[in-house]
Order: sequence, then structure tokens, then C-alpha cells
Amino acid sequence: MNKSRLKDAALGGILSNPVFVLVLGMCPTIAQSNTVVNAFGLGAATAIVLIVSNLTISLLRKVIPDKVRLPAYIVIIATFVTLVQMLMSGLLPDLYSSISKFIPLIVVNCIILGRAESFASKNDVLTSTVDGVSMGLGFLLAICLLGAVRQGLGIIGLTLFTRPAGGFMVLGFLMALFNYLTKLYHDRHKSLLKGA
Amino acid sequence: MWTAIITIVISGIITDNIIFSQTLGICPFLGVSKKLDSAVGMGLAVTFVIVLSSVVCHFLYMLLELLELTYLQTILFILIIAALVQLLDIVLKRVSPSLYTSLGVYLALITTNCAVLGTANSVVANGYGLLETFIAALSVGLGFTLALILMAGVREKVARSSIPKPFHGFPIALIIAGIMAMAFYGFGGLSF
Repeated sequence: MNKSRLKDAALGGILSNPVFVLVLGMCPTIAQSNTVVNAFGLGAATAIVLIVSNLTISLLRKVIPDKVRLPAYIVIIATFVTLVQMLMSGLLPDLYSSISKFIPLIVVNCIILGRAESFASKNDVLTSTVDGVSMGLGFLLAICLLGAVRQGLGIIGLTLFTRPAGGFMVLGFLMALFNYLTKLYHDRHKSLLKGA
Repeated sequence: MWTAIITIVISGIITDNIIFSQTLGICPFLGVSKKLDSAVGMGLAVTFVIVLSSVVCHFLYMLLELLELTYLQTILFILIIAALVQLLDIVLKRVSPSLYTSLGVYLALITTNCAVLGTANSVVANGYGLLETFIAALSVGLGFTLALILMAGVREKVARSSIPKPFHGFPIALIIAGIMAMAFYGFGGLSF
């Protein structure tokens, strides 16, 4: 087990945020961030599937033959999505009915398959699980932030922002802000290093 | 009969556009809309897969209903889509190598395009017949192609204009998409 790798995995959710930096999983992000509750529901469901599938794929990484790995990953992910779907419709029927269209689509969310292919298939179980938790929370945070901004703008009367057009625009501006802040952070880091 | 079909076509292409109104298939929409040629190729390939997979999933769902196994829908649909994309890959390589090389990179990625699974799920949920499924899937695909072509046209111009640094790349593309989606709301008044 590699300590620095573990630290990178833990910070991955912020420093390479799946939504703002990697630009993955855009469709559910825009479609389900019209209210905070929907955003949280879908974000949490996605995070759970991501954590469990990262864990499982990492456990099976030496068993799955290289040639059929992608279909195998998809079947594993689809199984967990179906489980989450059943649990949610049973335990939280109200929330489920408002986001039911996007729960099956978690299967094709590029964040999950992306982490499976680029991280969980190459790292040990603990690191992969930490990566899943970090990336899942990063996604949850991003989609909830978007939901809060859009619902807030909707409440003060700008109802356009609760529709998809507003979703595109708010995400565009938030991403630009994130780019600006990361650049600021890196510049400051560099000048500090130079000063030392 | 005809009005029902016309409604499906208009809503599939314009009023319920898969990108601007349902926000499905955003990843390829942002990724492959930098040049007009690749946008057209991608749009047509996705249309083909959407139509084929929706029709196959339509029959599969009838079988699942018969066997009372509908909870397997998500798992089986995604397997069908992956298999169809793989098949298309093999067939195109043999039949038309030139088209295959121009699509090559995007072809495999169609599996994880949520527009494909989303359309298969929604035609099944709407309980469409075979003809309606075919037409609905075809118009969703054409709507996707239309959105991709429009976006590519605008982005070729934007690439040459000066925009603030943090907005380069995806942020400006998202804002353009938002403005286009607003324009599409203008069609919302169309009804039959």
C-alpha cells in the first residue's frame, strides 16, 4: 500500500473534481440539479454506486480477464444500480418518483466506469474505496452546489434557472469560477515556493 | 394515427430535444462538437444505435414482461446496447472501412451515451408499439444530430473570438448550450 497514493485518492474529489475538472457525468448533473433535494438524492445514489462498485472491481481486478473487463464492469455497476433503484423505490418513494428517470442512467454515468477503468482496476481495495468515497463526495458536493444556486435563483423569481437552459448556464459559470480559483491557488503556491 | 406520429416526430426533434430539453447525451455533445464534419458523423452513428437498440429493447421488454422479470431491465438493456455497438464496430470495419476510420474513436463511446439508454427506457415506459418506437427513436436521433450540428457551427466561430481565460473550453460551450436551449423553448408553443 502506498501512502502518497492514498493521500492523492483522498484529495481527488476536490483537486480533480469529477464535475468541474474532469467534466464527467454532465447529464444527470444538469438534469437533476433543479432543486437541492433532487440533487442530493441523485448525488447520494451515484456516490453509493461509485463506492460499492470501486470496492468490488478492485477486489475482482485479478480475476476478471483483461479482454472482457469493460462488459464485466458494466454488469457489476448495473447490478448495484438495480439494487439502489429497488431500495430507493421501497424506502423513499417520494424522492424516487421525482428522480426515477435518472436512476437507471447511473449505469452510463461516465464517472463510475471512468473510475473503474482508470483507478479501481489498478489499485488495492483500500485505496480504491477511498477514491470512491472522495470522488462520490466530490460529485455530491458539486451537484448540491449547483442545485442550491439554481433553486435560489428560482425562488427569487428567475424560474428560467430551474429549467435545463439555466442548468447549462449556471454550470458554465461555476466551472469558470472553479478554473479561476484553481489558477489563483496554483499561482500563489508557485510564488510561495519561489520566495522560499 | 398520423397526428400521433407527427406529434412524436416534432417533440422528438424540437420541443423535447434530447439535449436541450431532456439533457441527455451531454458528454458527446460537448466532446465532439468542435468540428462540423465529426459532429455529423457522430450524430448519424448515434441515431443508428438509438434506433436499433430501441427496437431490440422493445421486443426484449415484451419478453421480460411475459416472464415477469422486468427488474432485470437496466442490466439487460445496457448489455444489449454494448453488444449492438460492438456488432456495429465489426460490421463497419468489414463493410465500409473509410466510414469506420472516420468514426473509429467515437464508435466505442456510444455505449456510455446516456441518450441511448435513456431513449430505450422512455419508449418502453411510454408503452409504444413497434412503429411508434421506431419513429420516436429516429426523431430523438435526428434531434441529437441537429443539436450537435448547431453547436459545432457556433463553436467554430467562438474558437476565433477572444473570451476571458477561465471561460475557455467547456464553460463557454455550456453557456452557449444554455442560450441555445432558451431559443428552443420558443418552440414550446407548438402543439397539435
